[in-house]
Amino acid sequence: MKNNFISFVKKESLHILRDKRTMLIVMLIPVILMILFGFAISTEVNNVNVAIVAPHRSDGVKEAVERLASNDYFTFLGYIDEEQADEYLRSGKVTAVIVFDTEYDRNVALAKSGVPVKPVIELILDASNVNTAGSAAAYLQSVLLGSASEQAMFETRMLFNPQMKSAYNFVPGIMGAIFILVCAMMTSVSIVREKETGTMEVLLVSPVRPFKIIFAKMIPYFTISCIVLVTILMLARYLLEVPMSGGVGGIFALSLLYLVLSLSLGLFVSTITKTQVAALLISAMVMLMPILMLSGLLFPIENLPKFFQAVSTIVPARWYIDAIRKMMIQGLPIIAVWKDCIILLAMTALLLAVSLKKFNDKLE
Amino acid sequence: MNAIEVRKISKSYGKLKAVNEVSLEVQEGELFGLIGPDGAGKTTLFRLLATLIAPDSGSASLAGYDIVKEYHAIRSCVGYMPGRFSLYPDLTVEENLNFFAALFNVTVEESYDLVAPIYKQIEPFRERRAGKLSGGMKQKLALSCALIHRPKVLFLDEPTTGVDAVSRKEFWDMLQRLKEKGITILVSTPYMDEASRCDRIALCNEGRILGIDTPTGIVNGFRSPLYGIKAKNMFALLEEARKARGVEDCYPFGESHHLVADSEFNLDNFKKDFDGFEGFFIEPVEPTIEDMFIKLMKQ
Repeated sequence: MKNNFISFVKKESLHILRDKRTMLIVMLIPVILMILFGFAISTEVNNVNVAIVAPHRSDGVKEAVERLASNDYFTFLGYIDEEQADEYLRSGKVTAVIVFDTEYDRNVALAKSGVPVKPVIELILDASNVNTAGSAAAYLQSVLLGSASEQAMFETRMLFNPQMKSAYNFVPGIMGAIFILVCAMMTSVSIVREKETGTMEVLLVSPVRPFKIIFAKMIPYFTISCIVLVTILMLARYLLEVPMSGGVGGIFALSLLYLVLSLSLGLFVSTITKTQVAALLISAMVMLMPILMLSGLLFPIENLPKFFQAVSTIVPARWYIDAIRKMMIQGLPIIAVWKDCIILLAMTALLLAVSLKKFNDKLE
Repeated sequence: MNAIEVRKISKSYGKLKAVNEVSLEVQEGELFGLIGPDGAGKTTLFRLLATLIAPDSGSASLAGYDIVKEYHAIRSCVGYMPGRFSLYPDLTVEENLNFFAALFNVTVEESYDLVAPIYKQIEPFRERRAGKLSGGMKQKLALSCALIHRPKVLFLDEPTTGVDAVSRKEFWDMLQRLKEKGITILVSTPYMDEASRCDRIALCNEGRILGIDTPTGIVNGFRSPLYGIKAKNMFALLEEARKARGVEDCYPFGESHHLVADSEFNLDNFKKDFDGFEGFFIEPVEPTIEDMFIKLMKQ
């Protein structure tokens, strides 16, 4: 038995290495997406310009303003008159205007002694970007409240992600989406290409059994995916400073499982399509929407209508993203997400079994 | 023993009967040609025999193995070269050959004596990507790859389609040499002129086999007298000749028309009748395989 398996892997790797453009896309797109979502498309509070309306600059007000000005996330542009507030917001000079009540000090003192009072601070925000405005309001409140009243009625504390950094939220999501799209696309196209160019005909009229063809194809793509995985994890850790407090080993192990799942999905797509275009359409277009919408990447699963919540259970990305979030941000060990692991494992087994059964050693 | 035995095999795609109750036998070491136009069912027959598709009915065996039950055994002992160029265009000539050798668990060295006469011609380009080869060179590489595991039976589906005349002749010379080494070859072609290079041929059309014989046997089966006619106005000549008495059939054939005569045909009367045509000329001609094919097709 000479090693026709190894030469198959070699041939598959040559295909990939020769196709420099595809390789570049596969390697670069994850990086670009990570940077894009990590920095550019963010809902986090950053460089929020703030102006303050304070008719009476009492000690309490000054203390609050100092607190604000010393915070890195806000840029204090100065005091303005109440009439100017509208114009400042309209022209975009500031995102938020904070109006202190004339009775600020007295009311704060009253609140401290437990007497209910009317609000003492008014926040006016430019809500044309709803996400930024929402986060800014929440963060401003937490900064101001600290000074306004230790005795406040409630206290909000943001655990795990106190600055509400959007990268924390997006990194697991992007990982979940990128791996499945890239892996599924690569494998499905590579198998279907053999059908389309007619080389499958020659491959089949040989002693090589189909499962060998399949695994030989998966190995080089798995290697590439691993490189992409390492790149993404490095970017997440060192560029976006995602904590990964749950242990890199666990994150890596779970991601490897997810890679195999994604490759199997690509395999499955290849068994139901006949042309490269169809394979691309299915693995990119058809799968993109559920992966973006129903995986928790963009919207929390709990906020979806019941029907879509049910549909989301068959989206592999949902379980992966859920588990990675817990491990990366909350710092849970892999044991804590055993349920997600088992679901992903079962999906992999199912997809592999179905594809192997469907992968015909005949032409039809 | 026959290398290939096909018994009443049929394969349909929907309503289209691509192969309709075809039977044929090919002896060991024979160069057998399937001759017929596009859509005659040649490719489907090849795919059936190469175990790529399963027959609807009928049976066939290759080197003693049944194409349905023992298809794994068949896949190791046939060489198959599809009609379309089916190698990897992004791999070099050498990489393609090595890959196909490994696919069949052999090394290039083991079979080098068999492929050498063909492969030597493309060896100077072994670093070149297969996709960048000319049509003739692609065919030589594909043939080398199909031969690398010393198959008992070689299937060549329209190997000379899209290849220039010189390369076509070379290709048939190569097949002749392979035949001498004892390899059974089943080759299909739409070119009637290539049929004479085969030991025996089967004329096929619309999924059926019209006749099987040696090329001379096929030609000898054409018993009617055959004439070639010419005139300045070829189209009008064709129209008139078809209406003439004693003419069984008349059809364009290269530069002239071929006229198939029946028992009522009288050459002198015919000459007299057609004298009015400018530049009229008639001569008896030897029938070719194509004439026989046309005759069989109309029956």
